[in-house]
Amino acid sequence: MIAAALQALGSHWRRHPLQLATLLAGLALATALWSAVQAINAEARASYARAATQIGAGGLDVLEAPGGPIPLARYVELRRAGWQLSPVLEGRARLGEDRVSVLGLDPLSHPPLPALEAATEGDPETLAQMLARGGLLFAAPALAATLSATPGLPAVHASDRVPPGLVLTDIGVAERLLARPGQIDRLLILPGQPAGLTPLEQLAPDLQRRPSRTGTDTARLTDSFHLNLTAFGLLSFAVGLFIVHGTVGLAFEQRRAMVRTLRALGLSLRLLTGLMLGELLVLALIGGALGLVLGYLVAAALLPDVAATLRGLYGAPVAGGLSLRPSWVLGGLAMALTGTGLASAQALWRMTRMPLLSAPGLQAWAQRAARGERRMALTGLGLIAAGVAALGPVKGLIGGFALIAGIMLGAALLLPPTLGLVLRLGRRFARGPVGDWIWADMRAQLPGIGLALMALLLALAANIGVGTMVSSFRLTFTGWLDQRLVSELYLTARDDAQGARIAEWLIPRSDAVLPIRSAEFTVQGVPVTVYGVVDHPTYSRNWPLLEQTPNAWDRVNAGAAVFINEQLARSAALWSGDDVQLAPGWTLPVAGVYSDYGNPTGQAIVALPALLAHASAVPNRRFGVRLDPGQVPDLIRDLRTAFDLPASALIDQAGLKAQSLAVFDKTFVVTGALNLLTLGVAGFAILTSLLTLWSLRLPQLAPVWALGMTRGQLARLELARSVLLAAITALLALPLGLVLAWALLAVINVQAFGWRLPMYLFPVDWLRLFVLALVAAGLAAALPARRLYRLPPTELLKVFANAR
Amino acid sequence: MLLQIEDVTKTYPGARPVLQGVSLSLDAGQTLALTGESGSGKSTLLHLAGALDSFDSGEITLCGTPLSGLDDTGRAALRRSRVALVFQQFNLIPSLTVGQNLSFHARLAGRHDPAWTHELTDRLGLGDLTGRYPEQLSGGQQQRVAIGRALAARPDLLLADEPTGNLDETASAAVMALMLDLVRDSGTALFLVTHSERVAARLDLRAHLRGGRIA
Repeated sequence: MIAAALQALGSHWRRHPLQLATLLAGLALATALWSAVQAINAEARASYARAATQIGAGGLDVLEAPGGPIPLARYVELRRAGWQLSPVLEGRARLGEDRVSVLGLDPLSHPPLPALEAATEGDPETLAQMLARGGLLFAAPALAATLSATPGLPAVHASDRVPPGLVLTDIGVAERLLARPGQIDRLLILPGQPAGLTPLEQLAPDLQRRPSRTGTDTARLTDSFHLNLTAFGLLSFAVGLFIVHGTVGLAFEQRRAMVRTLRALGLSLRLLTGLMLGELLVLALIGGALGLVLGYLVAAALLPDVAATLRGLYGAPVAGGLSLRPSWVLGGLAMALTGTGLASAQALWRMTRMPLLSAPGLQAWAQRAARGERRMALTGLGLIAAGVAALGPVKGLIGGFALIAGIMLGAALLLPPTLGLVLRLGRRFARGPVGDWIWADMRAQLPGIGLALMALLLALAANIGVGTMVSSFRLTFTGWLDQRLVSELYLTARDDAQGARIAEWLIPRSDAVLPIRSAEFTVQGVPVTVYGVVDHPTYSRNWPLLEQTPNAWDRVNAGAAVFINEQLARSAALWSGDDVQLAPGWTLPVAGVYSDYGNPTGQAIVALPALLAHASAVPNRRFGVRLDPGQVPDLIRDLRTAFDLPASALIDQAGLKAQSLAVFDKTFVVTGALNLLTLGVAGFAILTSLLTLWSLRLPQLAPVWALGMTRGQLARLELARSVLLAAITALLALPLGLVLAWALLAVINVQAFGWRLPMYLFPVDWLRLFVLALVAAGLAAALPARRLYRLPPTELLKVFANAR
Repeated sequence: MLLQIEDVTKTYPGARPVLQGVSLSLDAGQTLALTGESGSGKSTLLHLAGALDSFDSGEITLCGTPLSGLDDTGRAALRRSRVALVFQQFNLIPSLTVGQNLSFHARLAGRHDPAWTHELTDRLGLGDLTGRYPEQLSGGQQQRVAIGRALAARPDLLLADEPTGNLDETASAAVMALMLDLVRDSGTALFLVTHSERVAARLDLRAHLRGGRIA
């Protein structure tokens, strides 16, 4: 009995192969984009975890100085007092062509690290070489190959147990590479301390003890980036589910007669429901598996750019390669199953409620959907209200995404009633019988194509919203670079001594030499980089202040106040006039807040003498040089000759801006790709809707054809109808996209990155997107229109002969 | 001669011939009943006469225009201006109201006469239903709308394919009587496909199809 029922149910798909293909394609696309994002996130998080085991301190507590590095002398004091400690120095340095993270440690006292253990097991001399004067660098194979080819560096040992983008070496070598002699960033408190030691609080009251955070810092910093990707993946998934929902709904409606017959023949509703659930399960697994393959390919294509972004923006150690994880496969299949369940629940529920003698009818499906419009509109308004209301009680990024989800889904549900209204208005201006019919027909077709148009609305709004956010960001960023990068030339000396010599040399050859010096402090438990600036009009004329108090620059230059960046202001709730404690005994009022894009951490600016008074051994290697831009090439040449500086140590303003913009653009490559893919899925949703509605469409077109319109005219009208509906949807997507852009700029960015950006409008981009939407709709409608154009009259006549 | 069908044959791909050398003719204002078994080719012949489909050989001349020389656009123009159709399934346009359906063909043909349409609406008993949609009507009401739509365009030839086949006996008789009255009053020629001997007997001419030939 079950076999016979299955055969009957399966015959539907055999007779409607296109519908089956559409359903599987919808499922595959939904799963693919979601899985691609998850694969990227999983790979990145696995990289962070791997890095934590490869360079982590085994959960040991660490000692840190709130005002900057720990002097070597303090380390010696503590060791002499009997404390078993291991020093660590880390930072970013440009080695050859690569900007890398350098981790310097004492290999004799540091807890075992996988890379060192493997190297010394293979060759006991490795440790000696590491400790020797020349030193030894450990790096992942790809980086090791580049570093080996760079002259002037120590020998390089390739190890796949070192995170990508990181150089592991002895602390003495790290001091040289980072030009921070005699400095220690933190001291690991080793296990098994001797008894009776004087407590650290007494010996070093200026140092703070905290748990080790290696690995979790990166994960915390990059959380918002991954959350943004996840949100985009979820949007793509939802757009794909629109296809599944539409196809399953139609398939179930088309099988109502069959279900009625099977029930009349003695199959229980429970058994039929079970069989259909089983059928959906199989389809979901097939579609999900296809989606996983597609998702893997998309992820593999996008991951190198994401890895570059994470390394560039956060210094996060992410490799560009993708590995297949069982959890990812299972997660993807689970999403496919969940999505199928969600998309099919309504159709299944209706089938279980269908009376045994209910008459089948495709028209009934469209009519019922039309009746649901009012309910949809109310639900849509409710969702928008709920999203807006969620922003109050639900704090953080989750609240922001709840707002966006409420607005987007609510607007999608409002689309069919709004389109209905627009079409009713349009009909008032219709001329002639064909005009009358086409407007009325579009209105009647809405229930069938509404879901695809909702998908298009979401995709277009996401494009406008994210595009406006990125373009606003880019415009602001460019303006901000112009303000921040005022010096005509930036240089980095090898060490402090050379820095001092260069500064002296530059004074008679330039308009001004502006040192770029900084130290690490902790404000409210969060690391903050404090820069010391000299009193020069370059800063007061150009620095991008968002708000300031009277005489702000005078007070800062006098050492009586501090500027903080927007990230610190928002995270610590400090604004102009508030007091900020930079170190014990060093509290300054906030004189102003400046924008600081592209930097995920807190930052502050004080007068240079004030910084030097509160932080020891502040590096003096980087300078901005003011001079006539025409003299820059000559000065670069003279500097390189006089001080034997590598090309990478000198960079002019234009070069630095170009580099910064390149990093910026790379950051949004993934967003752009996901945007385009989502639009593609929406276009596909329109195509699948039109194709699955094909059987409904002919009985409506055939009478008009019989009354004297040609198939060519009807095909052109079909094309125009889809393009017009897409055009109205695109116009409605514009305000929604702008609301989304506002939410991204004013809510999500503030929560995720700590900065609020001004919103700019880009009408040319909208026009381009509008045309793209019309082209997508036109292409989607072209296939059914061509089919209609070439349809033999015999097929149309079957409508009248009741042979369909 | 309004309609001249000469030695027409028609075969659908992969099937045996449906029509084999069929000939018949119809003058302006005449009514013709075409009867025959199911599958004898009645509907196919009606479709060919209405320029809805092409034939393999022979010739059909409608209002002086040979159909074999017409392309898709020419056939559509002829259907729009000279012919009207009434089908068993009514085939109204579901997105238009009854009133809009009634005037649709006439407007398409550029011959919309509001007074004539109004008269038709009254005589068909549709006066109170013009604001409704087809799905809100009974079968008999829908077929009356289809007849009104066809005649509102003042066609030269009305083609009707078992127009009462979907209606019960009472409704069928009423609708048929109304249609014949209106056809006669308007001077339109009628080519009616029917199974009913009683209906066929009321028309001027009668032809019977058997195995694709006029018997």
